[in-house]
Amino acid sequence: MTVAQKEPIIQFTQVNKVYENGTVGLKDIDLTIYPGEFVVVIGLSGAGKSTLMRSVNRLHDITSGDIQIGGRSITQAKGKELLSMRREIGMIFQNFNLVKRATVLRNVLTGRVGYYPTWKMLLGMFSAADKQKAYESLQRVELADKVYARADELSGGQQQRVSIARALTQEPRIILADEPIASLDPQTTHRVMDDLKKINEELGITVLINLHSVELAKEYGSRIVGIRAGHKVFDGPVASADDETIAAIYSGADTEKVGA
Amino acid sequence: MEMSEHTQPRPTPPAAPQLPKKPFAWERLAVTVLMIGGLVWSGVETQVNVGQFVANFGQFTQILAEMCRPDWSYVSYVVAPLIETIKMAVIGTAIGAGIAFPYAFLVSRNVVTNRFVTGLFRFILNIIRTIPDLLLAALFVAVVGIGPVAGIITLAIFTFGMVGKLFFEAVETIDEGPIEALRAAGANQWEIVRYAVVPQVMGFFVSYTLYAFEINVRASTVLGYVGAGGIGVFLQQNLGQFRYDRVSLMVLVIFAVVLVIDYVSSKTREALL
Ligand SMILES: Nc1ncnc2c1ncn2[C@@H]1O[C@H](COP(=O)(O)OP(=O)(O)OP(=O)(O)O)[C@@H](O)[C@H]1O
Ligand SMILES: [Mg+2]
Repeated sequence: MTVAQKEPIIQFTQVNKVYENGTVGLKDIDLTIYPGEFVVVIGLSGAGKSTLMRSVNRLHDITSGDIQIGGRSITQAKGKELLSMRREIGMIFQNFNLVKRATVLRNVLTGRVGYYPTWKMLLGMFSAADKQKAYESLQRVELADKVYARADELSGGQQQRVSIARALTQEPRIILADEPIASLDPQTTHRVMDDLKKINEELGITVLINLHSVELAKEYGSRIVGIRAGHKVFDGPVASADDETIAAIYSGADTEKVGA
Repeated sequence: MEMSEHTQPRPTPPAAPQLPKKPFAWERLAVTVLMIGGLVWSGVETQVNVGQFVANFGQFTQILAEMCRPDWSYVSYVVAPLIETIKMAVIGTAIGAGIAFPYAFLVSRNVVTNRFVTGLFRFILNIIRTIPDLLLAALFVAVVGIGPVAGIITLAIFTFGMVGKLFFEAVETIDEGPIEALRAAGANQWEIVRYAVVPQVMGFFVSYTLYAFEINVRASTVLGYVGAGGIGVFLQQNLGQFRYDRVSLMVLVIFAVVLVIDYVSSKTREALL
């Protein structure tokens, strides 16, 4: 697939993140992602994977550098502009982050909240079209029959797929997934990963995901980004990530190898 | 192999250290002495007379005997003030809880991140909670005059303090995950509260409000004593006239009503949580 001609959808330029306590989260990150890619971020625990994900939609502010989403700087965005940029970026979390006491439909609908004026949302006035949209998202993850179930009645894998449906209902251009399968069993894991892959291929939504499993990264990803101690130490297509490279990402050795 | 190991004489284990004696709790002794001393001293100070209590015991049994013959014909007079009492409780609870609901979010640190704002409004909430009910009632009787309005305001303030405190503590213990999810979806602070916080705590709010209502029904019977309306006014009158037969009837009726309300309310709360 040749995607390099298109405009980048996510662009990190010299991004640094230092936490208030002095911990370095990200160090001089340059990263360009094109529409339709399925990019897997790997690295040791504490390497800065979550920090990278949360910088994209600015759940975390970066210390210096610039991040552009579809050519607009989210780093500079203020107030309403930031909110409308976040609307285009769906996010999936390790712990699903659903409202457990609410129905599946309610949870999925909250993906649309950013599209309404506040007063309508305070009154809970979702349009019929959006309810339909939420239902269609649930169909896509094959959970249409659970639409009126309470979220906590579902299994972990089902809850994660509900959260995928929520992200889809947002009609995003990008989906960020921060260890979406860390709390799931192997079979459910494939179910969730298949759903993400399907969304990527059928809807052309760019996926930026971080995983702890190298096998899964190779199986599902189109490109791998290796992070070590806040640095990007590898960036290239899955095929170019041989065992040696992977070992280097997960070790202290310094084999900086940046692919195309 | 194993067998032979078993037949070998086991080495004697090293002597386990003996359980040490519990150290003598000097603090506890000191506190006990202090408490007993305090009790005796306050008894002397307030001139408690046990002898007098025993001497007047006859009077007590007499009242009790009178109370065993409730004046059933008085029921018809009790209904109206009783309904007024319940109305006071309902309205007072509704107003207090209605104000407590938004206020609780204002003082929850996971909703409002500004420490000055949460600190200030918490301080106000705590001050309000320290004022005794009867003092409030007496105060509002003086301000708005004798009648149920004073009672309603008192109950509203009490409910506000209680529900406000319990509810904001519930808000602070919610799962933060949905907040993050809503923020990531481009929701603003209002929308986050509405869709990530409220659904998690609504059950608590209704439950605490019902609980406050239970307390208010009981409390409002007493508020009449200082002129704040309801059945308490009648209770006081009859006590003043030594009509213990009527008093006992009122006590019975109040008891029945409180029992029913408590039962219904606690069942509802169980279902909610
Ligand atoms: N809020 C924070 N304040 C201070 N330091 C933080 C904060 N969040 C993360 N860090 C630190 O930043 C570094 C990167 O953390 P991050 O969560 O991005 O790692 P990760 O690669 O996602 O790890 P894991 O695989 O365990 O999730 C770590 O050293 C972590 O301790
Ligand atoms: Mg992480």
